[in-house]
Amino acid sequence: MGKEMLTGNGAAAWGVRLAEVDYIPAYPITPQTEIIETIAKWISDGSMDASFVTMDSEHSMITAAGAASATGARTFTTTSSQGLLYGFEMIYTVAGWRVPLVMVNVSRGLSSPITLGPDHNDILAVRDSGFLQIHCETCQEVLDSVLMAYRLAEDERVLLPVMVNMDGFYLSFTREAVEIPDMEKVRSFLPEYRPEHAFFRAAKPMAQGVAVLGGDFYSYFKYQMHLASQNALEVYKEVCDDFEKKFGRKYGTIDEYMLEDAEYVLVMINSFSTLGKAAVKRARENGIKVGLLRPRFLRPFPESEIKNALEGKKAVAVIDQNISVGKGGIIYSEMAGCLYNEVDKPLLLSFIGGLGGKNISQEEFEFIFEKMISASDTGIVEPPSLLYTESELEGMTKLKEIAGKE
Amino acid sequence: MDTSTIISIKELPPEENMLPGTAACAGCGGLLTLRYCLKALGDKIIIVNAAGCFTLLTIYPFSPFRNSWLYTAMACAPAGAQGVRDALDILIKKGKLDPEENLKVVVLSGDGSAYDMALSSTSGAIYRNLDFYYICYDNEAYGNTGFQHSGASPFGSRTGTTPPGKEVPVGSQLQKKNLFDIWNSHKPPYIATVSPAYPVDLMNKFKKAEQFKGPKLFISHIPCPPGWGFDPSRSVRLAKLSVETGLWPLKESVHGEVEHTYVPKRFKPVEEYLKEQERFSHLFKPVRQEDALKSIQEMVDEYWKKHEFLP
Repeated sequence: MGKEMLTGNGAAAWGVRLAEVDYIPAYPITPQTEIIETIAKWISDGSMDASFVTMDSEHSMITAAGAASATGARTFTTTSSQGLLYGFEMIYTVAGWRVPLVMVNVSRGLSSPITLGPDHNDILAVRDSGFLQIHCETCQEVLDSVLMAYRLAEDERVLLPVMVNMDGFYLSFTREAVEIPDMEKVRSFLPEYRPEHAFFRAAKPMAQGVAVLGGDFYSYFKYQMHLASQNALEVYKEVCDDFEKKFGRKYGTIDEYMLEDAEYVLVMINSFSTLGKAAVKRARENGIKVGLLRPRFLRPFPESEIKNALEGKKAVAVIDQNISVGKGGIIYSEMAGCLYNEVDKPLLLSFIGGLGGKNISQEEFEFIFEKMISASDTGIVEPPSLLYTESELEGMTKLKEIAGKE
Repeated sequence: MDTSTIISIKELPPEENMLPGTAACAGCGGLLTLRYCLKALGDKIIIVNAAGCFTLLTIYPFSPFRNSWLYTAMACAPAGAQGVRDALDILIKKGKLDPEENLKVVVLSGDGSAYDMALSSTSGAIYRNLDFYYICYDNEAYGNTGFQHSGASPFGSRTGTTPPGKEVPVGSQLQKKNLFDIWNSHKPPYIATVSPAYPVDLMNKFKKAEQFKGPKLFISHIPCPPGWGFDPSRSVRLAKLSVETGLWPLKESVHGEVEHTYVPKRFKPVEEYLKEQERFSHLFKPVRQEDALKSIQEMVDEYWKKHEFLP
């Protein structure tokens, strides 16, 4: 169909349209609304044959989505931030139902204070639910990931719901040239959903979400979810290979940028890694051997790929766009856990940046590169730090003066 | 289903769609109600179960039902019903599902969910004119957690969180919410109150509801032996007393028009019902709480006066 200038939200909607989704329960929240408005318009003008319903809350929306998925309809829904948290209870429940629901989350910082700018505390809050998590850098990747997510979720070796994540504003509202795949090609990649495993029918009664009394049984089911999530790593390779054959675009569980000969590595997720890549490119021009590693999957966590990619590196700086209050960066902790048993592990530095959509400047990246180099020279890793410039602090101080607090 | 009115308990369908051997308490009025409801609904249904006592009817790998069943959570069974209904409809519309495989969608919930936590999702489902049945088994408290106060707990009752004491001798100081009127304000096609002591009335209400597409509510006032404090053998007697004293009016609303389906010829005093239960015993001893007893009777009388069944 050729290329069109699409926002991240528009690209997500196109993914849903091309996947020929049957059912979309929806609830509006900024910055996600453009996705459901676009789908609603297509259904209204007849260009998409699906059933759309605006629910009374995200809690209800996720319930309806999971229930429809359990009934055998290919189902999509989307949310953001507080909405995701409002539906949190049902995120766990729906994952436990083992249904192949695909949901887009458009990341936005969490209250309080309330904000519209993005960071990843929303999506990372549901990290342990059983939903797989794919994190996107570009609008193209959003569209492609929605299609791949259905392939992955509906595979009988996986049967877990998937969240596709993008940054609010930076990606949701940024237009990029996006290749819209041909419908027939998409059908050959993602055939019509004909569930074999479990669905509600008159002739074949089924009980779903049944209580278990006792930890023996509970542990069994939870561990089955874990194994299915681990299976997804292998299945995803097949999905990526097939996707590349059909559409020519190559994806993996991680994205490596100038990594092969790098001595120092930035670890970032989502659209801010584009800033990181630009900083890496400039640093290379100055002779600093840096690269960037972007995990596309956070669940399942692609441990062996990450370990391989970081083998022999001197220092790794994780830039977390999230904060686990009282601990620090969440992905830093994940990386530390991943590398702990490695004999020749790189030094691991932690930075928190981009909270609530705060920019990360070129100077801040240079600061991080300096810290990595000095750590590897001295062997001393400084404590985790928040990226916050003098001028940003001045701006904040002015607001405090106005508020009468300074 | 044949929608003609039945007149005798002998005409109830003999088929049992809920099988014995559940983990419910002996004498559970809710289980008795559900047994009758499932006789009326048949087995081509899916029950969307809100968290509550009846979550424990299905414990892996057992189920007492001949039909499908989906566990949701307390706040969202009507939303689960929406997802199932919409999915069946779109799959039939697209020709991916044989209409023979269609199911009636039934929400099953206790009063804690129906009166409190799920009000928002229930309101949404009625507003969207969802074609579903909603069965609420109302034992007037959070029964599954040991009997704490809910929006359905009546004035003067003892619950785990409204213990009568020196400062608050009456127990619960709040009046039971009127779920029937809350539903009725949404103007769904059909609402009914039912009782396990009146199975013929219950069956006829399901028969009548069958003709309406849209939300259909059945609230059953159900005795709870451990929560209310009485011998399980007296469960049906207490269900009957709540109707005969006028405390639980049997009625229905068709598109907002309310009619009573049974009016006792002579209303028994509410005390006859109250004194049989441990949860009201503090109203009688060590001292009679005359004001509280009077106000409960007055509340019942006012209701029936308003509907012109009492002078």
